[in-house]
Amino acid sequence: MRWWLPDAGSTFAGPIDGLFTAILIITGIALVLVEVGLVTFAIRYRGRPGRKAFYTHGSTRAEVIWTAIPAVTMVALGLISNHYWVLIKDKKSVPPNAYRLGVHAKQFEWQVTYPGADGKLGTSDDFTVRNQLHVIVNQPTAVELTSEDAIHSFFVPEWRLKQDAVPGMHITAWFQATKTGEFELGCAELCGMGHYRMRARVFVQTPDEYKAWVAQQAAGGTE
Amino acid sequence: MTTVAHAQPHAHGDAQHAPMSFWRKYIFSTDHKIIGIQFLFVSLFFLLIGGLLAMQIRWQLGFPGKPLPGGGILPESMVQNGVILPEYYIQLVTMHGTFMVFFAIMPLLVGVYANFLIPLKIGTHDMAFPRINMWSFWLALLAGMIMLSGFFVPDGAPRAGWTMYAPLSARPDLSGATISQKLWSISIVVLGLSSVMGSVNYITTIINHRAPGMTWFRMPLSVWSLFITAILAVLALPVLQGAAILLLFDQTLGTHFFDPGAGGQALLWQHLFWFFGHPEVYILILPAMGMASDIIANGSRKPIFGYHSMVFAIIGIAFLGWIVWGHHMFMSGMNPTLGSTFMVSTLLIAVPSAVKVFNWMGTMWRGNLRFHVPMLNAIGFVSMFTIGGLSGIFMAATPVDIPLHDTQFIVAHLHYVLFGGSLFALFAAIPYWYPKMFGRMMSERIGKLHFFLTFIFYNMTFFPMHIIGMGGQMRRIYDPTIYDFLKPQQPLNVFISYSAFALFAVQFLFAFNFLWSLKFGKKAPMNPWEDNGLEWSLPNPAPHGNWAPNTPNVYRGPYEFSAPEAGDKDYLPQYVKLPTDRDPVPAPLPATH
Repeated sequence: MRWWLPDAGSTFAGPIDGLFTAILIITGIALVLVEVGLVTFAIRYRGRPGRKAFYTHGSTRAEVIWTAIPAVTMVALGLISNHYWVLIKDKKSVPPNAYRLGVHAKQFEWQVTYPGADGKLGTSDDFTVRNQLHVIVNQPTAVELTSEDAIHSFFVPEWRLKQDAVPGMHITAWFQATKTGEFELGCAELCGMGHYRMRARVFVQTPDEYKAWVAQQAAGGTE
Repeated sequence: MTTVAHAQPHAHGDAQHAPMSFWRKYIFSTDHKIIGIQFLFVSLFFLLIGGLLAMQIRWQLGFPGKPLPGGGILPESMVQNGVILPEYYIQLVTMHGTFMVFFAIMPLLVGVYANFLIPLKIGTHDMAFPRINMWSFWLALLAGMIMLSGFFVPDGAPRAGWTMYAPLSARPDLSGATISQKLWSISIVVLGLSSVMGSVNYITTIINHRAPGMTWFRMPLSVWSLFITAILAVLALPVLQGAAILLLFDQTLGTHFFDPGAGGQALLWQHLFWFFGHPEVYILILPAMGMASDIIANGSRKPIFGYHSMVFAIIGIAFLGWIVWGHHMFMSGMNPTLGSTFMVSTLLIAVPSAVKVFNWMGTMWRGNLRFHVPMLNAIGFVSMFTIGGLSGIFMAATPVDIPLHDTQFIVAHLHYVLFGGSLFALFAAIPYWYPKMFGRMMSERIGKLHFFLTFIFYNMTFFPMHIIGMGGQMRRIYDPTIYDFLKPQQPLNVFISYSAFALFAVQFLFAFNFLWSLKFGKKAPMNPWEDNGLEWSLPNPAPHGNWAPNTPNVYRGPYEFSAPEAGDKDYLPQYVKLPTDRDPVPAPLPATH
């Protein structure tokens, strides 16, 4: 049984999980305050004969306090969140040395185009593999997302990465995997009856492993 | 603020409200109360349908691959050897959402209570346009029937999710459904008409037909929230209608508004849908907040804490509600800079929501609480809405939204708002105004049992969804067990399913209580909850025409519980004239037409 976010697998996990925990603490405090308050009031002020409620229409001071505190908290949270949001999603944040892969989503598969030996997409040694995503550990990677038909969404939970693939749009999503091993790529946007089985295997490899795999593919082998 | 209320002219024809045939009285009725009751029965029926669909979803998620009990009665196109097929599964999720949002919660809150409460609470005889009001109901029913008929056409119900994202929804070759996708669009256009007709009525009635002395700031918060909701609906629904018409063109005439292959824009649908869809979220919660406010003040025997800030919070939520739609699209490929602005507006909407929660608590503070069934459910509403509101902050913070977007976490969040919020408020409102509708009380005993069991099973069902969502379980997937990273949390899915079945089962207590009390409930006194609203000055059930040919005078605000001048009673109705009160001056009569 897992009770938390999946184990971290990319550089995004640190700030995102940290922010998640911070929000959990803030909302946790608010939640306890409200729920304990409700239960306390329900017990303490339960109706008893001969008692009369305290007649008041409110308090401006209280209103100001409980408007200002959430407002300040929310603005602060917005500023901090935006800092990381820009780092992760802004177009200008894609590292210039990112290794580029093409990912074309289609009912119900992921077609991954690799740049081949020259490391460049759009050249003749590119090759495409269905439902297998191989990436190099600790190497910034950018996936060029496109879609053939419906809207799909590229989702690798361990990387804290999700990005829709929209027909007619060309969207770049980048990440840097930090953990080698095998993971799964799922589709997070309803794309038809096979949505649930639109799954690819993800292999995070050392540069040598990756090179070997590319060579094997170039030789016409299948994994 | 001076008194601007209008006395009721209504001098013509139907002021006497003579007895009518059964058909005129109960079927083609123009009486706002009967129309409210018609909406009540119809939307409770759709609530049941939505619940039945939910049970099948939970069966599939808890026990993928196992034959659905009773699935034998479903046709081969939906189940194979009793096992739900993937194409049927996406019909289930699509129609569960569609029915619950458009045909259960929205009409329960707005169709039922805007109709029933507005004229009663502002002290008038009926809606401004009673016939349009009747049409509003019949069109809503027609829309529901069109939607329901989707299950009976050859390729089954719509399959693109209740949000109908294009191009999946626009292209039958992608969704696999031809006829029903069009039926969805048609049904939504009809429903939009119904909603606009209703809203125009509510707005006009509140502006023009308030009883003498019923100033804006003497209106109960239920009326305030229904007023603001009607404004949202009249502005939002036409956007959805327009989008649905474009979608229908794509589906039938071969246009390509949403099909990028031929020059359209896939994201256009999302922008249009959520420009409607987010105000819609507040259409689904504001009336619940308003009615819960009335009931909490009554149950606490105290004036609502911070009445004015409650009104401004409603207006603030409604205003901000127009500029947050992009938070549904953080992962859509929309420019990330736009995401930043939508994040800020979304986080800010937490402020008026928090203000409301604190004011409800302030109302209970130092009260003399009466735990009748409506009060219990209203407290349940506050505590559950709080969870739903707080869980929203996770998704509002864009970086955290990345792992949570389109997972079960959002399913948990929206059910905390729509079930924990809206539906709990309805479980408060239905028994509360039941005596004025039917002249009898619902059973308090069954009601309390229903509340406690629902509260427990509800949390057992929806709270764990946060956790499986954190684990990454995507929405609308037919079988989570095919993913290695989801397998470890499957026991929790099983637990959720059992809880959901129990939650569904205990709703029959409510259904039984509701139906049984129609005939066998205790006869209700005129003012069973010792409340201050104008509606309680009427006999049970409230007669056609309400106070016609008279109108009540209003002497004070709606929440004067435990006021010193009330003497030995702990409430002081709006219509009671104390020796120190002066009669309100009725506004000049509008010209008769």
